[in-house]
Amino acid sequence: MWKNLLDWIEYRIPMMRVANMHALQYPAPKNMNFWYVFGFIATVVLVNQIVTGIWLTMNYVPSAEGAFASVEYIMRDVDYGWILRYMHSTGASAFFVVVYLHMFRGMMYGSYQKPRELLWLFGMFIYLALMAEAFMGYLLPWGQMSYWGAQVIISLFGAIPVIGDDLTLWIRGDYVISGATLNRFFALHVIALPLVIVILVFLHIVALHEVGSNNPQGINIKHPKGSLKEEEKTKYNIHEYYTGKYDIIDDVVPFFPHIVLKDLVAFTVFCAACAYVIFFNPEMGGLFIEPPNFEPANPLKTPEHIAPVWYFTPFYAILRAVPDKLLGVLAMFGAIAMLAALPWVDRCKVRSIKYRSGLHKLNLTVFAIVFVLLGWLGLKPATPTFTLMSQISTLLYFGFFGFLWLYSKNEKTKPLPARISK
Amino acid sequence: MKKLLIALVALIPSLAIAAGGGYQHPLEKAKIDLEDKASLQRGAALFTNYCLGCHQMQFHRYNRSAQDLGIPEELVKENLIFGDQKVGEQMTNAMPAKESAKWFGKQPPDLTLIARLRNPDWIYTYLKSFYIDESKTFGVNNAVFKDVGMPHVLEPLQGTQTAEYVYTEVDGEKTLSGIKLVQKTQGSMTPEEFDQAMHDLVNFLEYVGEPSKLESHKIGTWVLVFLAVFFVFIYLLKKEYWRDVH
Repeated sequence: MWKNLLDWIEYRIPMMRVANMHALQYPAPKNMNFWYVFGFIATVVLVNQIVTGIWLTMNYVPSAEGAFASVEYIMRDVDYGWILRYMHSTGASAFFVVVYLHMFRGMMYGSYQKPRELLWLFGMFIYLALMAEAFMGYLLPWGQMSYWGAQVIISLFGAIPVIGDDLTLWIRGDYVISGATLNRFFALHVIALPLVIVILVFLHIVALHEVGSNNPQGINIKHPKGSLKEEEKTKYNIHEYYTGKYDIIDDVVPFFPHIVLKDLVAFTVFCAACAYVIFFNPEMGGLFIEPPNFEPANPLKTPEHIAPVWYFTPFYAILRAVPDKLLGVLAMFGAIAMLAALPWVDRCKVRSIKYRSGLHKLNLTVFAIVFVLLGWLGLKPATPTFTLMSQISTLLYFGFFGFLWLYSKNEKTKPLPARISK
Repeated sequence: MKKLLIALVALIPSLAIAAGGGYQHPLEKAKIDLEDKASLQRGAALFTNYCLGCHQMQFHRYNRSAQDLGIPEELVKENLIFGDQKVGEQMTNAMPAKESAKWFGKQPPDLTLIARLRNPDWIYTYLKSFYIDESKTFGVNNAVFKDVGMPHVLEPLQGTQTAEYVYTEVDGEKTLSGIKLVQKTQGSMTPEEFDQAMHDLVNFLEYVGEPSKLESHKIGTWVLVFLAVFFVFIYLLKKEYWRDVH
């Protein structure tokens, strides 16, 4: 009966074929470590944002008059509305934590290198869409920081010569940020950008499964057809889509259940961390929800100190480090563009940091520290000391890519092992 | 590399201090205990008697307090609602917005979320730090919030205070480094009683800022317990599947 039903479906839509190809019989390197769990976690966080978001819209009022009060209505009068709201606000920050770790993983193990350039680019587009999504979402509670943060960021577009002013007017839909801006941001936040993100995530995964997962050793698990002896091939049942084209070495496990179980272990720890924030510390000391946002937006009263939410602060620090506004905006977008250009900036043929030069290890470590430092500086007021530190950090940030381009061409790397070590 | 890290971390506190400026009155610690229902009830009574006339809680309902703090609705109607409001309505007042802005320089802010906007210690110290300053419209100033437009509403309870300014020389300039508050006249409460009353009031404000806190810690604990148990099972299952891999 059950078999008949499955056959009936399979004849009409490739349900089991897709499940086998992309999960049950997808070959994943067995040495994927802790750093490889964040893709899975990011996907679940995306689902969380969509589901809690849908429920929030049921009571949220997208208007300048009603937005702030409706958020408090959700927090107080809607049954467990506060859990929905904190799951959504914590999820937003958690999303960026996970995405930053996911990106850093790619940088450590050279996951952007050939043939994964397009995979990396899709990832960068997801990151861009996510930033837009988060930025627009942050306006919706209509608090003071929502309002003035949006004011600062939208005014950045005004730095663009000739069209700048008209562009900011077009984005806001008004001469100041107003209900018109709130309504369009709501529309973009709840439907346009989530659609874009879901489609990009789909493409990201399709591209990943086409080129295959990288691993901490950065060596291939797929070998040319006929190059491996029978005993060297994997014993697992791998989908013929992969085995038809390649010989798959005996260093892989199927994605389901092996990798999924491993991801679930990490995911449980991740959930516990999120639960701590949601139930015990939802503001996360002002990082996830900024205290000035508990005051309704007031166009006549500028807060003393406007700081964007933590996940934008590295780029905000770069923006402020440059004395000229237009150049600052260019530097800020340039900082993201450089990340996207990584597959072409890095000319080394060895992927993993394990087999690359000491210089590369140092360069990447400095980059990681500088990124965190910039994030911290972006939260601070622009005093002369902090500005100087931001300027040095900005130089080091771009220096990473410059140095990488120079030394990666003829980098002294260690010899790669033939197989993933046991 | 490690040395560089340590050096950078060591830099952070000194920079944070360098960023401050202007006189900041030291804050006293507010006693926050949301389990103390009696304190919350006293705070609610203080709020409706002394604050609600000017400051609304337009997002918080009377009966939510009644429910959360264990006050029978009849008592709320008799003792906490002074107008003709219903018990299910939000705690609002009849203060006209435009006129009040004229009277006080600014419309008295809504206090539903004040404990989340400012921290409880700030509010506690602020409420205790009014002192006589004849140059001001209402004859008082505040050590925490300089030139605030609010009169000393709690004077009948606290009595009055005067301020002694303490100056120190910084780079050859006379700089205000402390405001010492001295009790001048006694109110209906002793200083200890007044401190306790302010703890109660701030406790109530903290509760109203986030009523979900009353249950969030309980639910959160169960969620964490569940996740801990789930972790054991999922970890063992993972181990079982991976046993043959390495």
